[in-house]
Amino acid sequence: MINNLSEYFKQESYPHSLALYRIGFGILVMYSLIRFAYNGWIESLYLEPDFHFSYLGFSWVKPIGVYTYLIFLICFFSALFVTIGYRYRYAIIILFLSFTYIELMDKTTYLNHYYLVSCISFLMIFLPCTSYFSVDKNDNTKVPKWTIDSLKLLIIIVYLYAGLAKINSDWLIHAQPLKIWLRAKYTIPIIGETLLQKNFSYYLFSWGGMIYDCIIPFLLLFKRTRNFAFFMVIAFHVMTRVLFPPIGMFPYIMIFSCIIFFDSSLHKKILDFINSFFRLKINKTEKFKTVNNFSLNNRFTIPVVALFFLFQIIFPLRSNFYQGELFWTEQGYRFSWRVMLIEKAGYTTFKIVDNQNDKFFMVNNMEFLTPFQEKQMSFQPDMILEYAHYLGDTFKKRGLEDVSVYAESYVTLNGRPSKRFIDPTVDLYKIKIDLKHKKWIIPMKDDIKSLL
Amino acid sequence: MKHFNLFLLLTFFIILSCSENDNNSSSDGYDRSLLLSNVVNNIMIPAHQNFDNELELFESAVNSFTQERTMSNLETMQDQFIETYKSWQHVEMFNIGYAEEIFYASKMNIYPANITRISQNINSDNVDLDGNSNQFSAQGFPALDYLLYGVAENNTQILDIYSPDNNLTLAYLNLLVSKMVDNTDSVINYWNTNKETFINSTGNTSTSSLNKLANDFVYYYEKGLRANKIGIPAGVWSGQLPQNVEAYYKSDISKILAVEALQASADFFNGIHFGESQTNGEGLYDYLAYLDDTNYSDSSMFLGLQDDIVESFDNSMVKINLLNDNFALQVQTDNMKMLEAYDAIQQGVVRLKTNMLSILGIAVDYYDADGD
Repeated sequence: MINNLSEYFKQESYPHSLALYRIGFGILVMYSLIRFAYNGWIESLYLEPDFHFSYLGFSWVKPIGVYTYLIFLICFFSALFVTIGYRYRYAIIILFLSFTYIELMDKTTYLNHYYLVSCISFLMIFLPCTSYFSVDKNDNTKVPKWTIDSLKLLIIIVYLYAGLAKINSDWLIHAQPLKIWLRAKYTIPIIGETLLQKNFSYYLFSWGGMIYDCIIPFLLLFKRTRNFAFFMVIAFHVMTRVLFPPIGMFPYIMIFSCIIFFDSSLHKKILDFINSFFRLKINKTEKFKTVNNFSLNNRFTIPVVALFFLFQIIFPLRSNFYQGELFWTEQGYRFSWRVMLIEKAGYTTFKIVDNQNDKFFMVNNMEFLTPFQEKQMSFQPDMILEYAHYLGDTFKKRGLEDVSVYAESYVTLNGRPSKRFIDPTVDLYKIKIDLKHKKWIIPMKDDIKSLL
Repeated sequence: MKHFNLFLLLTFFIILSCSENDNNSSSDGYDRSLLLSNVVNNIMIPAHQNFDNELELFESAVNSFTQERTMSNLETMQDQFIETYKSWQHVEMFNIGYAEEIFYASKMNIYPANITRISQNINSDNVDLDGNSNQFSAQGFPALDYLLYGVAENNTQILDIYSPDNNLTLAYLNLLVSKMVDNTDSVINYWNTNKETFINSTGNTSTSSLNKLANDFVYYYEKGLRANKIGIPAGVWSGQLPQNVEAYYKSDISKILAVEALQASADFFNGIHFGESQTNGEGLYDYLAYLDDTNYSDSSMFLGLQDDIVESFDNSMVKINLLNDNFALQVQTDNMKMLEAYDAIQQGVVRLKTNMLSILGIAVDYYDADGD
C-alpha cells in the first residue's frame, strides 16, 4: 500500500493539462469579474450598503470605499497573469487572496461557485501549471500525475456532495423546489408550456438531477464513458443555464473544469490550436524532461494538498452535528455544495425595546439594508442574529442605554405555509454570535428526511 | 477534436438562442391573460373612471365655490372631497406604467401634508408642483384636506380664509385640483391606449404584467395600507404619530378610508369587479387555487394558501372595524387596538410577500444578483 502510494506520487504526465486548465480558469475568472463590474454589482453589493454581513472571525474583511475597485483590479490582473503564466506562483496566490477577500466582504452574496473558485485557486497554488505554454521559464518538464488528479478529485467531491444532498424527501418525494421553479418557466420555448407543466417532469428533473450528480464523476473517470459523460455535462449545465438564468457563471466553470478529465493528448490539441490561431510561436516541443527536483517540493505540497482534501471531505458533513432541520436552520448549509436545493423566503422585522422606559418600536429594515440584503437576511438565522446585534449597537449609540432586540420572523420553505421562524421572546442582542446550535430558532414541524 | 468543437459550438448556440421571450402567449396551464383582462377591464379601468368622475364632481364643486364663496358651497365641496378620497382608495395600488413614471400615487397621497411648503406655494407666483419630490406632500389629497379642513378651527373661520380679499389660497386650491385632474386624465389615457399590450404580456419576467401587478399590490398592501394608514400613526417604527393619520384634518374619516382600501385590496385579490360586489372574475385567488389543484393535490405541503390570504383580509377587516372612526383619537386613547389591527394586516403581508410570490414563481422585483 505504502509502496503503491509512493509509486503513485512518482508517476508523471504531460504538462498540457495543467497549462490548459490554468489558461481557461484565468479567462473565466476575468470574464466573471468583468460581468460583475458591468452589471454594477460592485456598487450595489459592496459600496452602497452601510452594513455588511460578515463570516464569523472575518468581520475585519470589509469593502474599503473606492479602493474596493482596486481589489477587483488586483484580482483581474492576477487572473490575467495566471492566464498567460507570468510570475505564476505570485499571481495565483494573489488571485486566491483577492478573490476570497471579495467573497468574505459580505455574506449576503454567498454563492457555491464563488467558493469553488476560491477552492480551485487555492489548490492551484500548489500545482505546477507553468511547466509549459507560459511566459514564465517554460522549462518543458513533465508534471506529477497527482497534480492533475487533484483537480479531478475536487470536481468529483463537488458533484458527489451536490448529488448526495439531493437525496432528501423534499427533493425526491415532493419534487420540491423544482415544482415551484420549473412551473414558473412557461415562457421557455418548446418545453415551457408542455414538459415543464407536467407533474411527472418535476420528478424526472429532480431524480435526474440527483442521479446525474452522483454518477457523472465516475462516468468522467472511465475512458469508455467519458465522451458520453462530457456530452451529459454540457447538456445538463446548459439546461440549468436556460432554466435558471441567475445561476450565472456556475455552468461555465463546471463545463470547463470537466475537460480536465480528458487525456492530455486532447489538451495538447487544444493548446496547439490556440498556438497557431493566435500565432503565439510557442515551441511545439514533443520532448519533455522528466520531473526533476520535485521530491523536495512534494515533501511540502503533498501534505498541504492532502489536508486540503481532508477538509473538503469533512467540512460539508458538519451539519450532522447540529440539531434541527438543516434546510430550516441552515446550520452547516454553506460551503457544502448544496446547490439550488431550497426555495426559501422570509419576512423578518425587528422590535427594539428600550428597557429603561419600557417603550418599543419596530425597525424599518430599509434604513439599514439594501433590498437584496433584507431578502437574504430574512430567512438565514446567522444573518438575523448578526443584524440584530448591529441594530442593538446602533440604537445604543443613538442613546438607548438598555436595549433588547426581538425578531418577528416568518419563513416559507419549499412551498410550505409560512411559519414563525424565530422565538419572538428571545432577546437576540443578548445571544452570543458563535457556531453553537441556535436554540432560538423555532423548529419546523415537518420532518425532511435526508441522507446527509 | 472535431466532436469537441461541435460540442462547444452547440453549447453556445443553445445558450444564445434560449433567451426568454416575454410577449408570447405561453402559459403554465393557467391563462394569465384572463386574470389580466379581468383585472384591467373590470377592476382597474372602472376604478380609475369612477375616480375620474368623482374628481370631476369635486372640480365643479370647487368651481362653484370659487364663483360663490358661500357656506353651502364650502360644505358641498367638503362632502365631495370625502367621496373622491374614498374612490381614490381603489386606484392607489395600480402604480404601474405611466402612473409610476409620473409618480402619480406620490403626487396624490403622501401624508402628512407639508404645511410649511403649502404656505410657501400659496404665496409664490410660480409653483412647479412637478419640480422635485419635496412637492409631493404639498399637493394631492393631504394638501386638499388641509385647505378644506385645516386652515382654521371651524367652517365659519375657514370661510373667512377664503374671503374675497384673499385669493391666493383659493388659487392654490384650484391649482391642485386641476393638477390632479390632469394627472388622472393622462393615466387613464395611458391605460386606454396600452391595455391590450398590458393584457397580452403574459410572461414571467420582471417586466411582465402580472409580475408588476403582484409586486405593486404587495408593496401597496405593505406600505400604502399597513404602514401609512395604521403602522406609522400607531408608532410601530417610532413614537406614536397621531398627526400622521390619513386625512388628519378631517380625521373622523380615517377609518372609512382604511376600510375602503382594505376592501379594494381584497376585491383585487379575489378578482371581484369594481362596483359589482356580486360578480367575481379571475384574480390572484383563482391563480393560486388553480396551482393548488393541479400541482399540489398530491402533497399536503401547500394547501389553501388562497383561503388563508382571504382569511387574513377578513381578520384585518374585523380588527379595523373595532377602531374609532378617528384614528388619531384611537392612537391617543387606546393604541393597543391600532397595534392589533396592524398585526392582523401584517399576517396578510407575510402570506402575500413570502408564500404567494414564492408559489407563483414571481421574483420580488427590486433586486438583481446571481443565485444558486
